[in-house]
Amino acid sequence: MMAILQCSNLEKTFGYKKALSGVNLSFEKGRIVGLLGPNGSGKSTFIKLCNGLITPTNGTIIIDGKAPGIETKAIVSYLPEQTYLNDWMKVSDIFNFFDDFYADFDIARAREMLSSLGIGEKERLKTLSKGTKEKVQLILVMARQAKLYLLDEPIGGVDPAARDYILSTIIKNYNQDATVVISTHLISDIERVLDDVVFLKNGEVVLLSTVDDIREGKGKSVDALFREVFKC
Amino acid sequence: MNWSFQPDRPIYVQLIERIKLLILSGAYPAGSRLPSVRDMASEASVNPNTLQKALSELEREGLVYTQRTSGRFVTEDENMIKQVKKELAIEQIELVTKKLIEMGFSKEEMLALIESRIKEMK
Repeated sequence: MMAILQCSNLEKTFGYKKALSGVNLSFEKGRIVGLLGPNGSGKSTFIKLCNGLITPTNGTIIIDGKAPGIETKAIVSYLPEQTYLNDWMKVSDIFNFFDDFYADFDIARAREMLSSLGIGEKERLKTLSKGTKEKVQLILVMARQAKLYLLDEPIGGVDPAARDYILSTIIKNYNQDATVVISTHLISDIERVLDDVVFLKNGEVVLLSTVDDIREGKGKSVDALFREVFKC
Repeated sequence: MNWSFQPDRPIYVQLIERIKLLILSGAYPAGSRLPSVRDMASEASVNPNTLQKALSELEREGLVYTQRTSGRFVTEDENMIKQVKKELAIEQIELVTKKLIEMGFSKEEMLALIESRIKEMK
């Protein structure tokens, strides 16, 4: 099977600090991958590199056969850690923005998701709660028919019920050939939706496995294994 | 239905058990059409590939079958469902009796105890 994302010997340094080093990864189509690691392990750096927001110090990233750039942005749907949407805008304004911007944005589906949440299209972002804002952002990202979804901490700032909603939205809306990469440190909430997990520690990959192999081979959950590997 | 999972066993194995139970209990009746993988996965909040794996296993066992164009169905063979139900029951009984024997109960005591317990349950 052809990999949608492949990186070899990827390295990123900020001044003297190594954020990532010697990362070799290959993600296949149709998988949901968890990028797991404690704060500062390089998760966001990796995702930013994949989006071309920063450039590698060494090594390469290939997404669907191309280096990160304009062409890959058309097929990669990215949920950043922080919101970048303007507060004064209405939800409908942002929908139209995305519709203009991305050929693969399905505005009808976005509206459907929005109404299932009981959020009005005419509402301004600044009037929404933090959790609701995050849901709107997720809707924007998941309403695209992308080949690769890169979700940086999609469940970080929301309550457990909203987490369930977010996870089921991801499951319902990613298309079967697409790959979803989810970075998080909230593992117990998310491990049941993952195919594969990558453990990042101090910028290096320390484990790459399927969830089933971990549970079958080690007789413990990914969460338990994580606590062992990253014991302080 | 509460879709919670034990942490120390593969999720697809637990999904197989869960779906089996739904079939045996009649929640998914014989011959009925199962929800789509996507819908079921989203309801259970599990990975669709994992659910697919569980369904393939159930298919191999013959409890469900796929009709190429119209989806996945529970077997129409009610005897087979009964048979599986019985096997699962025996499994459970063996677990319990093994424990009771370890605790020092005789066969007669076990029977009497189970019988009186069942009467009380009414």
